[in-house]
Amino acid sequence: MPDVSGNNNKGFIRRFLDLPPDSVPKTVFVAVTLCLVASMIVSAAAVALRPVQEINKLRDKQVNILQVAGRYDPAVDITEAFAEFEPHVLELETGEFTDAFDAATFDDRAAADDPATSVALEDDPASIGRKAKFVTVYLLRNDDGSLDKVILPIHGYGLWSTLYGYIALEENANDIYGLQFYSHAETPGLGAEVDNPRWKSLWRGKKLADDSGELLITVAKTAPPEGEDYHVDALAGATLTTVGVDNLVRFWMGEAGYAPFLENVKAGEI
Amino acid sequence: MAQTKRSMLIDPLVDNNPITLQVLGICSALAVTSSLQVSFVMAIAVTFVTAFSSMFISMLRNHIPGAIRIIVQMVIIASLVILVDQVLKAYAYEISKTLSVFVGLIITNCIVMGRAEAFAMKNPPVASFIDGIGNGLGYGLILMLVGFIRELFGSGSLFGLTVLPTINNGGWYLPNGMLLLPPSAFFIIGLLIWAFRTWKPEQVEEREYKIQTVEAH
Repeated sequence: MPDVSGNNNKGFIRRFLDLPPDSVPKTVFVAVTLCLVASMIVSAAAVALRPVQEINKLRDKQVNILQVAGRYDPAVDITEAFAEFEPHVLELETGEFTDAFDAATFDDRAAADDPATSVALEDDPASIGRKAKFVTVYLLRNDDGSLDKVILPIHGYGLWSTLYGYIALEENANDIYGLQFYSHAETPGLGAEVDNPRWKSLWRGKKLADDSGELLITVAKTAPPEGEDYHVDALAGATLTTVGVDNLVRFWMGEAGYAPFLENVKAGEI
Repeated sequence: MAQTKRSMLIDPLVDNNPITLQVLGICSALAVTSSLQVSFVMAIAVTFVTAFSSMFISMLRNHIPGAIRIIVQMVIIASLVILVDQVLKAYAYEISKTLSVFVGLIITNCIVMGRAEAFAMKNPPVASFIDGIGNGLGYGLILMLVGFIRELFGSGSLFGLTVLPTINNGGWYLPNGMLLLPPSAFFIIGLLIWAFRTWKPEQVEEREYKIQTVEAH
């Protein structure tokens, strides 16, 4: 017998689908269903792809540390090459390593945001707002166990963005081996020339401080009176990025940054 | 008027280009075109999003309530954009680092919304899908043209490979720094619109006003 009574035999969803689109129940039904389906797809993608993304991030960081230390070779497996580096969590104030955190999993960025592990800066030339009390640093040793290089994370504000990078120092904790930024959004062609290999190579062999320990390193258009050993040429056409890099390098190499640690390295305690 | 599928794909390239004729999607065209590689990925991402959002919106078109249709379109577009962003982060990490903020902005790209509202709400899914691809390609074509000019004369390279060795790297070419800044894309797009309309005069819009002359007495 044909069904003449209307919607009785139809399923729940079918009944909604057959409503005129502009009716109130249909509007609510479409909105709720669509949001549910869309959120399920989005969260499924985010969860499924997260492991790959995490590996990318880690890899990117490791490549940058390898590059700044001059150990990057595309032919060698990154994880393998990176195993040479010794990660340590450093307490900035004392300049000593701490065992309170696991260096393999310590998250520097999260630590800089957490009030428990960071301090708000009053004197803040690098414009970073908060400074972490703990950072992950990397040591590279010679075959006989003596220190070869230390790799320190640095960051600070340029013109448009915070520049994140690493500086590699020789075992005397005064000679610069290399400097590299891995994340920034400076103007392409001008400030983004911080990535230019030619400019980065200018850093090699420069000195942070003179014999009396006064911090002299500067990024500027002209050399300071103390001479070229402490001077890295400015980026043409990118005055504000240059000033930013100058500020952040001097900040992190100064008393508020790694100075206590560098003293310990010089004293041979690391 | 029934369009053939072929014309739906070809028309948006020149005759009905979303950037030069419809003048949509300019903001992202300014932002991402300083290098060809980024332009290319952006073009693919927008084509993907426009095609699939048009298709899904068209599939639902008879059920989308008029009162909330823009929000429904936005939800579909936004979900697809997040999907693209996640995939890029997983499989093209280097590019996603420079592109990530602009990928998010595809959500507000007028081309995607424009095609959803103007075409997909009234046409069947397959036609909408092709229309989306066509418009994405039309957008991509302009993006690549602008990116070609900006990267070649702004950085002396194409797809990151040096073509004109710049003075910074010990060569002879002094790059035009303005081409690396977003406003230069305005000039290039302006010139492209001029070129397109000289080639195809029917694209020239009619004047909305006429300059009056007053007879002197």
